[in-house]
Amino acid sequence: MKYASPTTVDEARSLLADNPGSRVFAGATDLVPQMRSGRPEPSVLVDLKRIDRLMAVNHHDGRWVIGAATPTSTLTHNPEFVAMFPGIAEGAGLIGSDQIQNRSSLGGNLCNGSPAADSVPAMIASGARVVVASADGERTVPVADIVTGPGQTSLAAGEFLIEFEIDDAPAGTSDAYLRVTPRTEMDIAVVGAAARLTLDGDTITDACVVLGAVAPTTVRVPAAEAALVGSVLSDEVLETVAASASAAANPIDDKRGTVQYRTQVAGVLAKRAVALAAQRAGNGG
Amino acid sequence: MSRTHVSCNINGEDVEFLTADASSLLDALRNELGLIGAKEGCGTGDCGSCSVLLDGRLVCSCLVMAPEAEGRDVVTIEGLAEGDHLHPLQKTFLEGAALQCGICTPGFLLAAKALLDANPNPTETEIRYGLAGNLCRCTGYDKIVKAVQEASVELRGA
Repeated sequence: MKYASPTTVDEARSLLADNPGSRVFAGATDLVPQMRSGRPEPSVLVDLKRIDRLMAVNHHDGRWVIGAATPTSTLTHNPEFVAMFPGIAEGAGLIGSDQIQNRSSLGGNLCNGSPAADSVPAMIASGARVVVASADGERTVPVADIVTGPGQTSLAAGEFLIEFEIDDAPAGTSDAYLRVTPRTEMDIAVVGAAARLTLDGDTITDACVVLGAVAPTTVRVPAAEAALVGSVLSDEVLETVAASASAAANPIDDKRGTVQYRTQVAGVLAKRAVALAAQRAGNGG
Repeated sequence: MSRTHVSCNINGEDVEFLTADASSLLDALRNELGLIGAKEGCGTGDCGSCSVLLDGRLVCSCLVMAPEAEGRDVVTIEGLAEGDHLHPLQKTFLEGAALQCGICTPGFLLAAKALLDANPNPTETEIRYGLAGNLCRCTGYDKIVKAVQEASVELRGA
């Protein structure tokens, strides 16, 4: 296995095209354990962290642009980002220990394809897009379109993520991400739920609810969103959100949770995430 | 096997070494450079025994590919004391017997240093969260948390 550290997107693109079986990496926090567990070694490990664009965080013209290989701790220590997207920061801040968060990236968390990836549901709830380096250029796609199943993505061979784009949250908007784990730290979500709401006075004018770890990919809950938009938050609306989230969940049984448990908790967490996002949005977003 | 020549700064000294491309920074530190303070516990980023500072950021050296160190600053446990003067954390760990077998201790000390550098006066809860990436199977953590609290007092008073 060879190691390569390109400094431009073009150089990385060429390395991947010229070396079948090569693989990109950022923090290697998933890659190294996978190699150690016996998965075949890549022919070339392409380290993306020397490409400035993949390590930059910029906020201008009403939009955040976040390099796909940027350590998540850079984002969770950015007060302006945390204030605008507390839910995305909550998700990114739950990925392993400080040691891991100094290496883990939004791009890696997404492309690893885990249904339980903590940073993904809130990114989808905020309409995040990602710029993909493809064979002959760049294309921009919604984050929601990248993961197609556990460990599977829609990226073609040789494609990799350059940066995320997230539009500024409109006035009266905020988000939240909650997860359930047996331990408080260093664990993988049994269920995760993200919500983003926009309020006009007390009335909800926009809503997005996204579940993690309860299906092969993240799941949006349109029935919950429909119940929220145009409503004033009430116990009745929250019960509809919970029932809709439980109905949308399609989980597996495994050592971390049963189908029945995950289905019920998906409803409870969705309800709590919506209430938290509403509280934050009501406080000025 | 592909090998790469790496130039970096380790504990304040410019260092060059040759490493297999597939090697971790942990293996390079231990096997090429004789710096055996960082330990391999799990090899998968769960236990924190291999913690080092890479450009000032706490990382698991088992998850860093050795060639990544090119041009970077690395601090290992061997760089924590200044000559014969132990770092306050090393002193409070010793005085408080915050270790038994010692395998996890280098990682705890560097994680605690990173924590106190960022937050000089952490609460007990903040210390426990800050050290969540370091596992100790001997002490039950209370003595470690107390040692960090005592070092925090000393560092702020200094």
